[in-house]
Amino acid sequence: MNEMVAATVSRAEVEDLFYLEADLLDSWRLDDWLQLLTDDAAYYVPPNDKPDADARYTLFTIADDIVRLRERVIRLKDPNCHAEFPLSRTRRMIGNVRIAGVDGEVISAAANFIVHRFRHNDLDRVFVGHYRYKLRRVGGRLKIAERRAILDAQQLGLLGSVSFIL
Amino acid sequence: MNYMPSGHDFVVENPEAKTFFVNREVFVSPDVLEREKRAVFDRCWVYVGHGSELKNPGDFKTRPVAGRPVIFCRDREGTVRALINCCRHRGALVCREREGNARQFYCMYHGWTYHPDGRLKSVPGEDAYGAPLNRDEMGLVPVPRLESYRDFYFANFDRDAVDLQSYLGNVKDYIDLVIDQSPSGKMQIISGTQEYDIRANWKLLVENSVDDYHLISTHSTWLNYMRNSGVNVTPPKGELLPTRGFGKDLGNGHLTTDNPNYRGRPVAKWISVYGEDAKADIDAMRNELVQRLGAARAARVADTNRNLAIFPNLVINDGSSVTVRHFYPVAPDRMHVTAWALGPVEETEAQRARRLHAFLTFYGPGGFATPDDVAALEAAQLGFAAWREVPWSDLSRGMGKAGDQQLATDEGHLRVFWRKWSEMMGTQR
Ligand code: FES
Ligand SMILES: [Fe+2]
Repeated sequence: MNEMVAATVSRAEVEDLFYLEADLLDSWRLDDWLQLLTDDAAYYVPPNDKPDADARYTLFTIADDIVRLRERVIRLKDPNCHAEFPLSRTRRMIGNVRIAGVDGEVISAAANFIVHRFRHNDLDRVFVGHYRYKLRRVGGRLKIAERRAILDAQQLGLLGSVSFIL
Repeated sequence: MNYMPSGHDFVVENPEAKTFFVNREVFVSPDVLEREKRAVFDRCWVYVGHGSELKNPGDFKTRPVAGRPVIFCRDREGTVRALINCCRHRGALVCREREGNARQFYCMYHGWTYHPDGRLKSVPGEDAYGAPLNRDEMGLVPVPRLESYRDFYFANFDRDAVDLQSYLGNVKDYIDLVIDQSPSGKMQIISGTQEYDIRANWKLLVENSVDDYHLISTHSTWLNYMRNSGVNVTPPKGELLPTRGFGKDLGNGHLTTDNPNYRGRPVAKWISVYGEDAKADIDAMRNELVQRLGAARAARVADTNRNLAIFPNLVINDGSSVTVRHFYPVAPDRMHVTAWALGPVEETEAQRARRLHAFLTFYGPGGFATPDDVAALEAAQLGFAAWREVPWSDLSRGMGKAGDQQLATDEGHLRVFWRKWSEMMGTQR
């Protein structure tokens, strides 16, 4: 790790942020979760066959700017969001947290995830992959400017929909 | 007269009572599924892929077609092929990659190789055979028939089937409408594949893809999003949808919805979701359409949305964006869906980004609508566990109305699918 990274942010601080985020998402405190994001944040789930692609040229599974992301939260809180009613139970395991680098004010960080998803009348579905984050300080607080959830599965297959926030 | 039918047919139509029922056994029975594979999928033109997916000689994609492993590729001379991905020696998959560019296909089991046009190329230790192997006869087996319409490639496993153009019939007009979005008449499959399973019978997705009756109840959160974004989606008094559209019989089991647009179109109908700065660009695209096609045809292309179902299992939705989606049964209660976005080859970066953004708001496993369709289909499939006690699905909406009066919220176009399905399967249970 280079010294500039160590000077800007510690891994412990990044881990705290990721663990807090996982907890808020698993407990469906989505408005609180939005508070962890910058005002220009983006959320991506690339397609399984093009995990490294750019959403401007490639059809993703999810490519939300902050406007649509806030709308996604409105949708998820609505009982007419049938794919998430009743709400899934999810449990996230976050590991291998690393600071990947710093470019100006942007801190890149990565982590592995396993997300179990349980629903009434449904299979237990396990989402495995890694996150790539861009973080930025806003008023001294570390916030999420971009989160990219990259699945290892070759296709969604029986994972079905990504209707919760991965 | 009883409203409910009796008897042993899969599909029961009663013009006098204005009723149309489908027996739910067709969604749960392994026997029905096996019959469908032979009587429907092996006798119809089934989608393989789009020519734009194979840009260069040697490009290939491997994918199942009607349950068979197939290499969809462009050979050295530029001809598009669909070769069955099964080694002539002892049957191994010859190509095990998802996609790529190949000088040859190499079977890793004993090392036989094949040219990209399928011909056998080399056999290690060939002197052990009684005579040298015939290069043409012992090549990879092509699908029995492969034909294309405007770069959409279809296979048929029935050698005696009618040609693709006759099979598609009126569908061709609706494919042309999609392609007319492109100034050069060239559309391309955009990179990135959405592949997901639905735990429901495949026929439910045919119905769902063209069923506008479910929009208000299943997709209210999408409608809210549109409303929050400044789009008027409030139906006029007495209507179920913001605009009144129709469900059409295109013959041969093919069908479409045909709706006046209210939800915006990347080509070329601006809505507030696209942002103010997109307005001028969309106006320019609209002008290009009018110049090229005339005002009437431009309006036909840019002011209508059409969900097209090509019998048996291909759907082209030209709505918020264009999606090409096909599906095949894995089991009576499970299907595998593959979906792509389609766009004009000459789109600018901004236009392409707008198209993809519009796509993702509605379609696909992370969209604001498709996951709720999946939930609806899975809920139906769970209900079908009681098919013996509650045997009939009701598709009677609009029965008794003339063909040209069938609304997209009626079920007249869904009945088109079922009549063709029933004709091919035989009606007796
Ligand atoms: S099975 Fe392919 S070379 Fe033997
Ligand atoms: Fe739907």
